Amino acid sequence: MAEVTGIKEIIKPENLVYKRTSVMTDETLHYCPGCGHGTVHRILAEIIDEEGLQSETIGITPVGCSVFLYHYLDIDSQEAAHGRAPALATAIKRLMPEKFVFTYQGDGDLAAIGTSETIHACNRGENFLIIFINNGIYGMTGGQMAPTTLPGMKSSTSPFGRDVKTMGNPLKMTDIVATLPGTYYVTRQSVHTPANVRKTKKAIRKAVQYQKLNKGTCFVEVVSNCPSNWKMTPVQANKWMEENMFPFYPLGDLKDPEKQSTEQK
Amino acid sequence: MERELRLMKGNEAVAEAAIRAGADGYFGYPITPQSEILEYLMGANPMETTGMVVLQAESEVAAINMVYGGAGCGKKVMTSSSSPGISLKQEGITYIAGSELPCLIVNVVRGGPGLGTIQPAQSDYFQAVKGGGHGDYHLIVLAPASVQEMADFVDLGFELAFKYRNPVMMLSDGAIGQMMEKVWLSPQKERSKTVPEWATTGKPPTRERNIITSLELNPDNQEKFNQKLVEKYNRIRENEVRFEEFQCSDADYLLVAYGTSARICQKSVQLARGEGLKVGLLRPITLFPFPSKRLSELAEKVSLMISVEMSAGQMVEDVLLSVNGKVPVYHYGRMGGIVPTPDEVVAFLKSKIIGG
Repeated sequence: MAEVTGIKEIIKPENLVYKRTSVMTDETLHYCPGCGHGTVHRILAEIIDEEGLQSETIGITPVGCSVFLYHYLDIDSQEAAHGRAPALATAIKRLMPEKFVFTYQGDGDLAAIGTSETIHACNRGENFLIIFINNGIYGMTGGQMAPTTLPGMKSSTSPFGRDVKTMGNPLKMTDIVATLPGTYYVTRQSVHTPANVRKTKKAIRKAVQYQKLNKGTCFVEVVSNCPSNWKMTPVQANKWMEENMFPFYPLGDLKDPEKQSTEQK
Repeated sequence: MERELRLMKGNEAVAEAAIRAGADGYFGYPITPQSEILEYLMGANPMETTGMVVLQAESEVAAINMVYGGAGCGKKVMTSSSSPGISLKQEGITYIAGSELPCLIVNVVRGGPGLGTIQPAQSDYFQAVKGGGHGDYHLIVLAPASVQEMADFVDLGFELAFKYRNPVMMLSDGAIGQMMEKVWLSPQKERSKTVPEWATTGKPPTRERNIITSLELNPDNQEKFNQKLVEKYNRIRENEVRFEEFQCSDADYLLVAYGTSARICQKSVQLARGEGLKVGLLRPITLFPFPSKRLSELAEKVSLMISVEMSAGQMVEDVLLSVNGKVPVYHYGRMGGIVPTPDEVVAFLKSKIIGG
């Protein structure tokens, strides 16, 4: 009993240093240990909370591992068909231009079945935010080859490794959309270390603030892992990601209006 | 504001009626024979007058998913296309039905299968009435037979879509879409400011979050949802059957036809009656729900029925089910973009009377 009283002593508002952000629900995340989705969800929820956007936000959930994003964020959400999130977001933002609209999509969703919707929304410069989680694999369906799977990388549908001669090369969607005049801010980040989590949070906050300017699509890629389907421990997966994914998908801003104006000066 | 009389194509009438109905958004993609709808709306530029969003999408798939997004916000949104494009839209349509969202889809039907022809046909009846996309669902299907009805069914379509939270399809054809007739246009309605309680417009602190989804992994819950849809479709069957009868009261023989075929059959009835044959016409206005009850009643009075369609025989199956063997039911159809002549229909009728 004395011990329980001790805990109660500790749980006092003045001792509070960390809590669940109010925009996240108390539902248990279904993600595998070491997965990056939970971290990105949390960052997004914190920013919606800190920027006071909860009542202004409509989120579009993809088909893939993050299909249940709407269970975890306490915001109005729509569940899109596979790859179609940017089409939904286009209409929502045009019908309600004062709102904050984002899509959250994986690599199969955004870079394979939704390539057309992604490129055309970015090309029209639709004023919403796209968060693109790229782990080079189809997670939810059990580890099939994705458009972003690296050359030689094994998956359940490229069991001998991705042969670029017959299976094509990985698609760098972020590089592609950065070339389109319709995009305003394009960046590639990761969430595998505390420093990178902070950088990603900064990038998403920047994207959210840029959205208010209505100057075009903001696109944040997060290079992430998939310990379960890569068949690695979380630590191994992060190391493999650093050594293999980052050289192919280098982190940093591909397009930032601030930097462009500085460069022009 | 008064009603206004104009001479218009069916496609133009749909576009003008959409603006006047206070639609919030139209999302489309060009395809013959319905491109005038998008062209007219782009030219009318209603963003400047009513604030209506008009957008040319990158594909039919994107257009219907834009409709899905807009409908989820409780907005009055629509799309239009023709047969091959409607096939592409089926993914979005089943999601809209599965998420119980209101919207209007106009199909200006052309002949198929495949790329087929750009001429009028009624060969998408099964697709419109029996499902089209995957899963157990129904659209409310309205079949206009004139330019006037293409205009009127925009307003009616939105009304029914919101009443039942269900997608509505206007199943027209290339003839009605392209032909010009006089049309009375309704006065301009204001765009609705009412936000339905289920709409995703941003979660205020005063309510729980709204989620638009058709995903449910628990089979018990999914079956309950399917059952809820069945009950809704039964309510629609009970309350929304619409049809028109032409000289049915003393008829010995009945033609059943919708859309362009019904216009042809009206003339066939006149020709046949000129020769002393008591023929009537039942024109279904709603194809789902189908006027089964009325057909069953008429089956007690007539000696045969002919379903006249510009198809290989699709609606005839619903006529057969409705009369349940009480009288012989035949199909007369032309395909490939050919519209039957009134004489052909009369000749077919006579052959069946003699044959019977």
